[in-house]
Amino acid sequence: MNRFIGFLKKEFYHIFRDKRSMLILFGMPIVQIMLFGYVINTDLKDVKMAVLDHSKDEYTAEIINKITSSGYFQINNNLKSIEQADAIFRKGDVKLILVFEPDFGKKLVKDSKAIVQILTDASDPNTASLEVSYLQGILQNYNVEINQDNLLPSSIQANSRMYFNANLESVFMFIPGIMATILMLVSAMMTSISIAREKELGTMEILLVSPLNPLQIILGKVAPYLALSFINALVIVGMGYFVFGVPVLGSFTLLMAESVLFIFLALSIGIFISTVAKNQQVAMMLSMFVLMLPTIILSGFIFPIRNMPVPLQVISYIIPPKYFIVILKNIMLKGVGFEYVWKESLILLAMTFGFIGLSLKKFKIRLQ
Amino acid sequence: MNKDVKVIKVKNLCKKFGDFTANNNLSFEVSKGEIFGFLGANGAGKTTAIKILCGLSYPTSGEISVAGFDVYKQREQLKRNIGYMSQKFSLYEDLTVFENIRFYGGIYGLSKEVIHRKADDLLKKLDLQHARNKRISSLPLGWKQKLAFSVAIFHNPEIVFLDEPTGGVDPVTRRQFWDLIYEAARGGITIFVTTHYMDEAEYCDRVSIMVDGKIEALDTPAKLKEDFNAGDMDQVFLALARTATNVE
Repeated sequence: MNRFIGFLKKEFYHIFRDKRSMLILFGMPIVQIMLFGYVINTDLKDVKMAVLDHSKDEYTAEIINKITSSGYFQINNNLKSIEQADAIFRKGDVKLILVFEPDFGKKLVKDSKAIVQILTDASDPNTASLEVSYLQGILQNYNVEINQDNLLPSSIQANSRMYFNANLESVFMFIPGIMATILMLVSAMMTSISIAREKELGTMEILLVSPLNPLQIILGKVAPYLALSFINALVIVGMGYFVFGVPVLGSFTLLMAESVLFIFLALSIGIFISTVAKNQQVAMMLSMFVLMLPTIILSGFIFPIRNMPVPLQVISYIIPPKYFIVILKNIMLKGVGFEYVWKESLILLAMTFGFIGLSLKKFKIRLQ
Repeated sequence: MNKDVKVIKVKNLCKKFGDFTANNNLSFEVSKGEIFGFLGANGAGKTTAIKILCGLSYPTSGEISVAGFDVYKQREQLKRNIGYMSQKFSLYEDLTVFENIRFYGGIYGLSKEVIHRKADDLLKKLDLQHARNKRISSLPLGWKQKLAFSVAIFHNPEIVFLDEPTGGVDPVTRRQFWDLIYEAARGGITIFVTTHYMDEAEYCDRVSIMVDGKIEALDTPAKLKEDFNAGDMDQVFLALARTATNVE
């Protein structure tokens, strides 16, 4: 056991003393999240919207006034009926329609509760959700204003409805995507490079000649990356939650357990790559082209799989991150339990055993 | 050297990869404290044989024991009792001198106290006390090499295998390196060394020369020169190597 701890210590020294490793480990996730988070969340200015006012009273007039003067929105259309909504969205003239219910003002005063409906063109879902939250913010502010000297506080309830993309797919997709990319990068790429480095420097021979058995060597090499990847997973989910409000609707424990499963898979892929690659360069290239590019392009992280040509869709089925992203999306955004992700989990588990098996086989052949 | 104690016993060692015979019926013994030179052109089968002796790969057939342990059944004990150093020096560049010593001492199961005590002695002997907390990458090549050898025998192995330990090193440093080897041999450690430098072959107690997977000559350098009617080991080696067919 002492021998193993000594080994772990050495591995951590390697990682902490290598600026590149540290940058990938801790700089990369933060930069990626910030990049994706803010590239998506561009500032709003003069978003074209329409109003359908069934009430036409002083309250609705005041709200419309607030919206116009906010600078975020530009009201360029007044609708007569809800039937016009579909057509006007299709034409692309407006991105947003605000609907006041009949007797909005009266209800707000009498019942202390009135309803508006926000309809959005969600074909660009990231912007759509942002616009809705801005508009809700304006409504909320107004509500606070009129409640200032009111003993019975009123509330404006805003119901939003998405056109064209009702489930708001791909909003918040960047967090699962980054999670898959980073875990793949840290676990698979860095492990394979670190093992390949021992081979290249000749220290692997020394380790093999030593009383450490191969299993201890491999465990010693991957354990630090398991720990660091897990920390990374926490950081990514945490940043998503606190900085960008990406929810974790399902069980957090399940989410972390699935992440550990994916880390194991990525580590086993890393080990497999290192059994194939003779040196760090080859390990890096293999990780880049066989792992990173497919993870980013074919996993559904950036480009929707259903829009891909059929051959690519077929290939996407053998890409591990695809399943992990589905699992993350289901747990984080849909809030479902294990009964909805067991199939994907099983596939990841099978892939893990597959890669461990292949690596063992390669290793045995070499020792013969 | 103690000729009564044989620490390496090899009898009819064969190793085949498919149709290719890398080691063809090798037989030899090495005494305790002997400096045994293991020579041969590239592709002659040296590395294959060393791997088997170190417990890294199984022979196809033959009876082999190293440090008293069987290479088939007692690999774990065998590995505890040997040291190994290759021409790549095998120290971690991003760790300090002491961290390297501690790591290698640790994987051979030495206790903390022993590691600290022996490390102090070692650094004093090599005159490297000032470099104790310096990274290996900052040391000159000659120091690295001496340190690598000292680390390879840090756990007091019965035998140390040196696979072309002096590749790419200047003659003065090589000479100093051999002083360390002599000292270790006087201390009872058996040295099993491969080299490309024929002047180094002269430093060995006995030399074996492999050609095409077979040991074609095995004796003291003086005797070999006499047998082959040669002025130095270079001529002996060339006379034998010319007959080879498996050259890389």
